[in-house]
Amino acid sequence: MANDKKTLSNLTMMKKLLIFSVVMFVFGYAMVPFYEKFCEVTGINNLLQPDKLAKDMEVDTERWVTIEFDANTRGLPWDFKPMQRSVRIHPGEPVEVMYEITNNSEREISGQAIPSYSPRFLDQHLRKFECFCFTKQELKPNEVRQMPVQFVIEPSLPKEIHTVTISYTFFELPAGSSSISEK
Amino acid sequence: MAAVHGDVHGHGHDDHHPTGIMRWITTTNHKDIGSMYLWFSLTMFFTGGFLAMGIRAELFQPGIQILEPELFNAFTTLHGLIMVFGAIMPAFVGFANWQVPMMIGAPDMAFARMNNWSFWLLPVAASLLIASFFVPGGAAAGGWTFYPPLSTQGGLGVDMMIFAIHILGASSIMGAINIITTILNMRAPGMTLMKMPLFVWTWLITAYLLVLVMPVLAGVVTMLLTDRHFGTSFFNAAGGGDPVMFQHIFWFFGHPEVYIMILPAFGIVSEIIPTFARKPLFGYASMVYATASIAILSCVVWAHHMFTAGMPAVGQLFFMYATMLIAVPTAVKVFNWTATMWRGSMTFETPMLFAIGFIFLFVIGGFSGVICAIVPIDVQVQDTYYVIAHFHYVLVSGALFSLFAGAYYWLPKWTGQMYDETLGKVHFWLSMIFFNVTFFVQHFLGLAGMPRRIPDYALQFADFNMISSIGAFGFGLSQLLFVYIVIKCIRSKEPAPEKPWDGATTLEWTHLPTPAPYHSFEKPPVVK
Repeated sequence: MANDKKTLSNLTMMKKLLIFSVVMFVFGYAMVPFYEKFCEVTGINNLLQPDKLAKDMEVDTERWVTIEFDANTRGLPWDFKPMQRSVRIHPGEPVEVMYEITNNSEREISGQAIPSYSPRFLDQHLRKFECFCFTKQELKPNEVRQMPVQFVIEPSLPKEIHTVTISYTFFELPAGSSSISEK
Repeated sequence: MAAVHGDVHGHGHDDHHPTGIMRWITTTNHKDIGSMYLWFSLTMFFTGGFLAMGIRAELFQPGIQILEPELFNAFTTLHGLIMVFGAIMPAFVGFANWQVPMMIGAPDMAFARMNNWSFWLLPVAASLLIASFFVPGGAAAGGWTFYPPLSTQGGLGVDMMIFAIHILGASSIMGAINIITTILNMRAPGMTLMKMPLFVWTWLITAYLLVLVMPVLAGVVTMLLTDRHFGTSFFNAAGGGDPVMFQHIFWFFGHPEVYIMILPAFGIVSEIIPTFARKPLFGYASMVYATASIAILSCVVWAHHMFTAGMPAVGQLFFMYATMLIAVPTAVKVFNWTATMWRGSMTFETPMLFAIGFIFLFVIGGFSGVICAIVPIDVQVQDTYYVIAHFHYVLVSGALFSLFAGAYYWLPKWTGQMYDETLGKVHFWLSMIFFNVTFFVQHFLGLAGMPRRIPDYALQFADFNMISSIGAFGFGLSQLLFVYIVIKCIRSKEPAPEKPWDGATTLEWTHLPTPAPYHSFEKPPVVK
């Protein structure tokens, strides 16, 4: 009798611990949306939302910064290029640049552009209010599209920086998938 | 099937079990399963050791001599995985299987059949890991932490590694559930929680850590698998994922994991020091609370592994201070061990030598850990040999030395024969010397900037690397002596004394004959 009771309480304990393990497995997955929310709220790793422009930004007419534009595609049959190779501006001045993508294939393809900057800390001084990289781009066969990027480089950019590079790489999104920004 | 001649267990009563290989496949006896765990981990220790020898042979001189860079990377990756999941963890589970029921006066583990299962999953996982060397593309080579994007790109070897980790995780979770239930439900009458031997306490807390974090590891490798084959983008930047997120989830598992590998070591040392100092453990209750605090703190420090991965300063500060806080309960333990030895009538048999060696070298590893916790220093030594030296001081001279200490301590109880004391001491001194020759110089290499996981190095690192490699070969060879000592002990005809350590106070020494009978404590002892 005592033995049966013991076995029963052992089994109850096992059940509890198994449920706990499953909960922890789910917790591992729950860390994914939590991580994304955390990054969004704290503003870390913010690639997909437009930035707000500070109202009192002053143009630093004392110095010039050259911005070079770079464009790449990764694994999809598109041509992707900036309409200007570079622009020369004063920090604080709004800039608009056009990029052009061409779908060279005979099928409809969606892609998303991921930015990267040089120097790496440029993102701390870059305010982007319009970008084709915020959403997915869907191109019909042989379609050509021109898309804008609008941004400001803040005068807080260190004085010793005279040239910066803004680069975009287009990645293919699997057919039917939503833009990564809507995830 | 050939009969086993002269059954060592001397059929006393109703222990009718199959003989030969079937005995081991079908056994549900905690002692049999404990032995299998220990033999398995010893085999894996030499497998991982072989890989370590390959690494050190390649690093003996600058340039590429023996291992192609891809194979070298696979060697470092599999060395880490096999030592962590194949050698250290199963060895501690083996100790738990043998010792926990005997130390709390239980007849066996709570779920004997599941116990058998959790062991037999291990050889399957180990075969997968080893076989992955021979598939096209070779074994996983992205480091034992398998960070994406490397781990989302590798070949079949990475899939085998992922599958092996799933199996090992399942085995660990089953083992942990078994241990928790045994400890909480099957203690002898009178054995209250605060009377449990410290080894049992540390394992209880370790087992809770296992059920807490092993499922998270299973989750993260599942995400990796679906990223690789089923079109998800958890870690794929092109699909909106984030490779840095992998590191956060992995280290949420990974940091408690390092305490999973050291808490039972604390337990073993806390048994051995009082025995050979012939004094009760100093500060028993504070030891229990310190163990629990370490376990809790270990869950909130994970990002100190990724200070250079990109993190706001506030995050770095939090993880830096939280990490340094762990030094407090750890120091409580070290002071308690020292206070236990203080004015004790100490003798220095092999288990005690390994236990003292453990304290001495683990403290060095602990200090280099506090140094690595300081963000600006970590940024400097990240991914250098300084980090390698740090974690080998806590895992080799920490976890492994405690395993040797425990093995020497309990071998007479397990086998009924005494090991060769002289050879045991030789084994200790060889290990102690060669360990330090191998790893102490790696501190200097790391501070000078030698990166880890690279098969070649700049010429100025040549001398220290040669010293380190010589030490490693010496350390590797010395461990063969351990196998010889164990086999000699098992084959010895001379029975060990009933109680070879007169300071021992736990149930397996005071209430059971030597060797421990195949079935023990079928009638629970009464603990006063």
